[in-house]
Amino acid sequence: MKPLQSSRIGQYLERNRAKIEEWKLTLKVLLRSPSAVCGLVLVLLFLFMAVFGPYISPSDPYKIDFAKRLRPPSSGNPFGTDEYGRDLLSRVLHGARVSLIVGIVTLAICVPVGVVLGLIAGYFGGVVDEVIMRVTDIFLAFPALVLAMALSVAMGSGLMTVMIALAVVWWPAYVRITRGQVLSVRENLFIEAAKAMGISDFWIIARHILPNVLSPIIVIATMDMGAVILTAAALSFIGLGAQPPTPEWGRLVADGQPYFPECWWYVFFPGIAIFLTVLGFNLLGDGIRDALDPKIRRRLEFKSAEGESQ
Amino acid sequence: MAELKYYIIRRILTFLPTLIGLTLITFVVSMLVPGNPARLWAGGIKASPEVIEAVKKRYHLDEPLYMQYYYYLRNLLRGDLGVSPLTHRPVITDIMSYFPATVELAIFAELLVILMGIPLGIISALKRDSVIDHAVRVFSLIGVSVPVFWLGLMLQWLFYYYLGWLPAGGRGPAPPRIYTKLYVLDSLLCGRWDLFWSNVAHIILPAFTLAYIGVGMVARVTRSSVLDVLSSDFVIFLNVKGLSRLSVLRHVIKNALVPIVTILGLEFGGLLGGAVITETIFFWPGIGRYAVQGINSLDFPAIMGVTVLIGLIYIIVNLAVDLLYAVIDPRVRL
Repeated sequence: MKPLQSSRIGQYLERNRAKIEEWKLTLKVLLRSPSAVCGLVLVLLFLFMAVFGPYISPSDPYKIDFAKRLRPPSSGNPFGTDEYGRDLLSRVLHGARVSLIVGIVTLAICVPVGVVLGLIAGYFGGVVDEVIMRVTDIFLAFPALVLAMALSVAMGSGLMTVMIALAVVWWPAYVRITRGQVLSVRENLFIEAAKAMGISDFWIIARHILPNVLSPIIVIATMDMGAVILTAAALSFIGLGAQPPTPEWGRLVADGQPYFPECWWYVFFPGIAIFLTVLGFNLLGDGIRDALDPKIRRRLEFKSAEGESQ
Repeated sequence: MAELKYYIIRRILTFLPTLIGLTLITFVVSMLVPGNPARLWAGGIKASPEVIEAVKKRYHLDEPLYMQYYYYLRNLLRGDLGVSPLTHRPVITDIMSYFPATVELAIFAELLVILMGIPLGIISALKRDSVIDHAVRVFSLIGVSVPVFWLGLMLQWLFYYYLGWLPAGGRGPAPPRIYTKLYVLDSLLCGRWDLFWSNVAHIILPAFTLAYIGVGMVARVTRSSVLDVLSSDFVIFLNVKGLSRLSVLRHVIKNALVPIVTILGLEFGGLLGGAVITETIFFWPGIGRYAVQGINSLDFPAIMGVTVLIGLIYIIVNLAVDLLYAVIDPRVRL
């Protein structure tokens, strides 16, 4: 059984050699850029906190101890304590998971919806396109934060509400990007050839168009991971989304505001956690865009070849 | 000029469906309110069935949805946004009293975006890869990554608590006579320089906080737009022709401004959204803070009123931007 399997993997690798080489090159280009590496480190740190935070946090983020109320940072509480004497470092660590869940769930709803609608609108054109794009435009007629605020209030507080509200305001952007990409890919000769061969529309979209429109979507989704986390934090700050005592970063800043600036740590640390996380996703997104851009990539490839020959 | 006229008519015609779509969305959102709206408006669970019936009838809650939408639209056109259960005043009255403060803040922020973003973008394009270029890049990167509420608090700490240069928040003192309801302008019209400076000092911190994201965004777009124009054939021609650097620059900037106008419209939406947060931090008595106070007291008519108003302003601004775009760039009309 085993040799057969490995030979199958070997066959697969052989068949997709060019593709794998391209991915390797992309990764190499990405790792050559200092800002992209910075972004990657910040994102990995955030993911680490979100996954392992609860296991490495020094104490229980919900444990109330009035004796230790509003203590400044010390060796016992590196980030200080809040008005209930809870350890702020533990609360910030737990908050990472909340932000990660909000980001992933929101994007998991709106990216597929937006991409599928964009594929349909761009590929079929005509009335279908017109209808999809008009609906999209209407959703884009609101500043994202304001519509998300109204929706969260209407649907009642809670984390799930905020995720749904954010997904509702976020999908139209993906329709636009995908549609624009499809319009340019559609004109290629290989699509025409596929149509001439009688391949079904579904198969053409899935096998020939989708892979060719994915890279800008990956870039935007990476940056949006940061933007969604930022907007969710803003909603929590004004009292929507995660309810106390859940440690959510935006909420922590709001809770700390009455004690600001005397207890600066209360506002400072959750805020800087949001900032560094979002910064990480933005830097990484920028880096991926450059790495996927054929023009920039060839230039760097050329440079690295030059460097190796010296 | 005929094309321009057709373009303007066409653009205004597409404005109408957007307007209807906007009201449809806000209508659907207000349908989502948990619990029975009549019960909520009638003052909680304690209201008697008769009162609830009366309220239901009054707000047409017993009729089919499309009729409810019709009444909703009719009320909107009349400027009737409902009554706030908290203040017991019509929401439109409340909004009107808070609105000028938001307009003043938005104007100042937009001015900062234009006066800082465009020059910074031009400089970083002309001095590509210089220290200034990198600094502008870092500035705009921070802009899209920093939580506005946190940035506001940090600026408050720096300029109020630490340096003591600016007030912590709130609106400046009202001038003796009100003409435009914009205090900065009214102080000038009254000839009161002391009040003028006080109002400027009060508005500068919230306006800068609000403008920060936009400044970075506009600087980035300006930079790439100027770089695009700089590498175009006609600029090479102007240089070959031997025009002075300054007059070439004038041509470049004139042509580079076209895409910037679009981004100014889009960015204005972010500004309106950001006002909700900024006003809350700086105790600025505008509609954003009014809406946030509504969240805590479940004042739903107030929140929906502000949402409709902000959506409306946003689509009007984008309509204006598109029309302006058509006037300055002849290619759009075709």
